[in-house]
Amino acid sequence: MIPFDFEYYLPDTLKEASEIFVTLQKEGRSPLYYGGGTEIISMARVMNVTPGAVIDIKKIPECLEFGINDNHITIGAAVTLAKITASGIFPLLGLAAGRIADHTVQEKITLGGNLAGTIIYHESLLPLLISDSSVCLQSAEGLKEAPVPEVFSGGGLRPGELIVKISLEKKFAQCPYFHIKKSKIEKIGYPLVTVCVLLYDNVMRTAVSGLCHFPLRLADVPLDPDTDEAVLAENLVRNISAPIRNDASGSADYRTFILIKTVESIIRELKQIKKDKINA
Amino acid sequence: MLKLSGKNIIKLSVNNVVREVAVRPSDILAEVLRNQLGLTGTKIGCENGDCGVCTVLVDNLPVKSCLMLAVEAVGHEITTIEGLSDTPVQNAFIEKNAFQCGFCTPGFIMVCRSLLNNHPDPDDYTVESWLQSNLCRCTSYQEIKEAVKKAKDLR
Ligand SMILES: Cc1cc2nc3c(=O)[nH]c(=O)nc-3n(C[C@H](O)[C@H](O)[C@@H](O)COP(=O)(O)OP(=O)(O)OC[C@H]3O[C@@H](n4cnc5c(N)ncnc54)[C@H](O)[C@@H]3O)c2cc1C
Ligand code: FES
Ligand code: FES
Repeated sequence: MIPFDFEYYLPDTLKEASEIFVTLQKEGRSPLYYGGGTEIISMARVMNVTPGAVIDIKKIPECLEFGINDNHITIGAAVTLAKITASGIFPLLGLAAGRIADHTVQEKITLGGNLAGTIIYHESLLPLLISDSSVCLQSAEGLKEAPVPEVFSGGGLRPGELIVKISLEKKFAQCPYFHIKKSKIEKIGYPLVTVCVLLYDNVMRTAVSGLCHFPLRLADVPLDPDTDEAVLAENLVRNISAPIRNDASGSADYRTFILIKTVESIIRELKQIKKDKINA
Repeated sequence: MLKLSGKNIIKLSVNNVVREVAVRPSDILAEVLRNQLGLTGTKIGCENGDCGVCTVLVDNLPVKSCLMLAVEAVGHEITTIEGLSDTPVQNAFIEKNAFQCGFCTPGFIMVCRSLLNNHPDPDDYTVESWLQSNLCRCTSYQEIKEAVKKAKDLR
């Protein structure tokens, strides 16, 4: 049971959503945009968040956009993770989304909610960080578009900013990719480390969650068949400057070890794919 | 723009019957189903999205009703375990003894029903990834897996 009351708004347009947010904010009612509601409900139950109002975005057409148009993929913020996985529209994102929480919860979690939520893993962000994706945001000043890393690896969303949709070029959804999630015990659980890799233009683009307190993109690495994967993986991981998490789920040394071994195995497989292509 | 505050009468379509309930916007669907509509087959365990005992179908897809507001369900078709009486899935669980205490059973049956509606001939990977959403403290997992296979054949 949620032990307090809040108001529920169901806007039909982006403008209505941002205007009501501003009004409620001015009235001191701490509004929250409401996507799947999974995080808001579980946190409100124990009073970790106490919004005076929630603004459900699931009726706003732009937040429900989903498809391919003119070589661009668009995914609205209110689209569920299960729908993304089932569609196959961006296979790497589908894999990442398909390992967040469990299948039933994926029917409710939205892409916008996973990106904006307070739980630190944001695993659906990883494919977006390495595919030159952009994000469309609505605020009282209107609509704006920005590169995904600028918003989510920078200062984050500003108060009142609503994630409307994500877009990317279709070519990134067609690159060779890898997704590996390592959790402590069970298949379902928060990641020790999750690694997403795209091979674009013979360059390996890598993003990682679970290692630090926020998802991050590692340095790009040209895939040279002669380089030693163990040395390459070690260098890539040792160059991370952000503090590595060190807690009961995994020490910093253990997380680093797992990441190096995971990246090493991905490089080995990518090299093999390249070799097979040359021999074919 | 729809705005709800305080107590409101809303209409919910549950097991193909439209019912009226008086809810606050912060009322959780699982509690409204149990406490106002008397549909106590839907259980409440962790209230945190982890155990799956509260699973119902919303427009034929499984949803953990502890993570859904009752007001979000307006305009959607809700199916609870009471709506699956004497169906192949229920019969398969009985035939395969796929329960011990039975507390988790409604949740598993709901997921199984949706799985088979959406994937009439699921491979092992799909069965596992859907059923991993639910926990059974009595560890009847092997029998549950057999019940899923049986339900597939009974349909
Ligand atoms: C059981 C469970 C297991 C989980 N496991 C994982 C995991 O393994 N990996 C992982 O990465 N995450 C995991 N999470 C976290 C999860 O992905 C997010 O917390 C998700 O629950 C939020 O999605 P939602 O759509 O339900 O968001 P909501 O609950 O609706 O919102 C969450 C926050 O985001 C804000 N918000 C929502 N939509 C928008 C928008 N469009 N624009 C701006 N702000 C918005 C809300 O105001 C709120 O602050 C798990 C969560 C649960 C409940
Ligand atoms: S009570 Fe809903 S998942 Fe446990
Ligand atoms: S039969 Fe007892 S919890 Fe599953």
